[in-house]
Amino acid sequence: MTTGQLSVENLLDKMSADLRELLQQRQIDNPLLIGIRTGGVWLAERLHQQLEIAEPLGILDISFYRDDFTQVGLNPKVQPSQLQSTTEDRHIVLVDDVIMSGRTIRAALNELFDYGRPASVTLVTLLDLERRELPIQADVTGVTLSLNPDQCVKLAGPEPLELIIRQRS
Amino acid sequence: MFELKDHNQIQLNSEGQLKHFLTTEGLSRELLTEILDTADSFVDMSAQQVKKVPLLRGKTVVNLFFEASTRTLSTFELAAKRLSADVLNLNISTSSTSKGETLKDTLMTLHAMHSDMFVVRHSDSGAAHFIAEHVTPDVAIINAGDGRHAHPTQAMLDMLTIRRHKGAFEPLKVAIVGDILHSRVARSQIHALKTLGVDEVRLIAPKTLLPHSVDMLGVKVFTDMSEGLKDVDVVMMLRLQKERMNSALLPSESEFYKLYGLSNDKLAYAKPDAVVMHPGPINRGVEIESAVADGPRSLILNQVTNGIAVRMAVMSMAMSGQMTEKPQPAAAEI
Repeated sequence: MTTGQLSVENLLDKMSADLRELLQQRQIDNPLLIGIRTGGVWLAERLHQQLEIAEPLGILDISFYRDDFTQVGLNPKVQPSQLQSTTEDRHIVLVDDVIMSGRTIRAALNELFDYGRPASVTLVTLLDLERRELPIQADVTGVTLSLNPDQCVKLAGPEPLELIIRQRS
Repeated sequence: MFELKDHNQIQLNSEGQLKHFLTTEGLSRELLTEILDTADSFVDMSAQQVKKVPLLRGKTVVNLFFEASTRTLSTFELAAKRLSADVLNLNISTSSTSKGETLKDTLMTLHAMHSDMFVVRHSDSGAAHFIAEHVTPDVAIINAGDGRHAHPTQAMLDMLTIRRHKGAFEPLKVAIVGDILHSRVARSQIHALKTLGVDEVRLIAPKTLLPHSVDMLGVKVFTDMSEGLKDVDVVMMLRLQKERMNSALLPSESEFYKLYGLSNDKLAYAKPDAVVMHPGPINRGVEIESAVADGPRSLILNQVTNGIAVRMAVMSMAMSGQMTEKPQPAAAEI
């Protein structure tokens, strides 16, 4: 894939179908859906609607759990995570827009475990950029992308949701 | 008294980020606002079930208090613990006349402890700067109050409290009342209020409790409290520093209360929605009437909560500033 756009709506349809099937296989009928701020939350909101989940969506902000705090410093605009219910013994569906190195997901898992011990965590991502630095994989993926070193991708939103691939100047 | 060098040079790293927090003087409005924004996110966190974040995990924070304190010491301790740091409290009383040498000797011992951050309270003005200048690189110094010079975290928690209750700083008239001469809190507050752009800063005190160079600070001075409080949005009371007074600067405590104490009657001169603040601990019936301190306009307890958040903010910012400091480039080899 080079420059251009991918249809997020189509990918979301595929993801919610895959997720529904996976939850059935795992016999999970009461998942706790949690989105990672900001892109993951937009996606989680859509999945929340499409899967008709009654329980409110959780929101995770991982800024304080990043492992690169000493290199990039503190983000002053952090908002608190919002988890209405405890994570203790729940089957969590964690949603993010992009998985690349895997460090964001590791930070999210660390934070989730500070709130309680989940029964399981299922990872859903829109994009997989295949540049792992940690052994962390998604259970449901929208699409896998191989970008050139001078390319970057971003999810714009919340309305409409659009994937934009750019050449870095 | 130690010679004070240029404040910015020592507090900021090469990217202009905080690496020590010694004084509010000389810091930009952007940086002060960044401290407030960061602190805001920590305040929200305190209301959560999980109050700890791993930002300073593995770091050692030493509270080095040469002057007695319970309130400031315990809030710094709590703030460091909420950042997951390992905390050591050292209460060192000092009675030596040659203060400079004592500090230097102490510093050598501290070097050997391999700590990442010192929170310092000392009765000599300039002490925190002195330590920041002589400590090894990578070690952050936070000033918890030095002599009559500065108490920057108190000023910033006051600013945060004002912002959280009043919103924008520009329209505000803020009065600082009481023993300003001896107050490091007042000095730090004045710098912060001016930098953040409040409409007016007023000092209300008897002439004997005003500093000599007060005209240079860009503030309005009143000796009559009812005049001074007219139309004020924020009333910041100071503690009467009995232990600091060397000469009889006041007739009596009750006389002080009559003229400069904040009672409900005096508060009526300020705006109807004016708020009341005090750094604590309060002397009831000396600076402030109980009914006011405990009343609906008092933000005194909010200040305490905000104090933990502000201290978490400056500690994480200073630690980050230390660690992101780019090493100076070595001489080019050709």
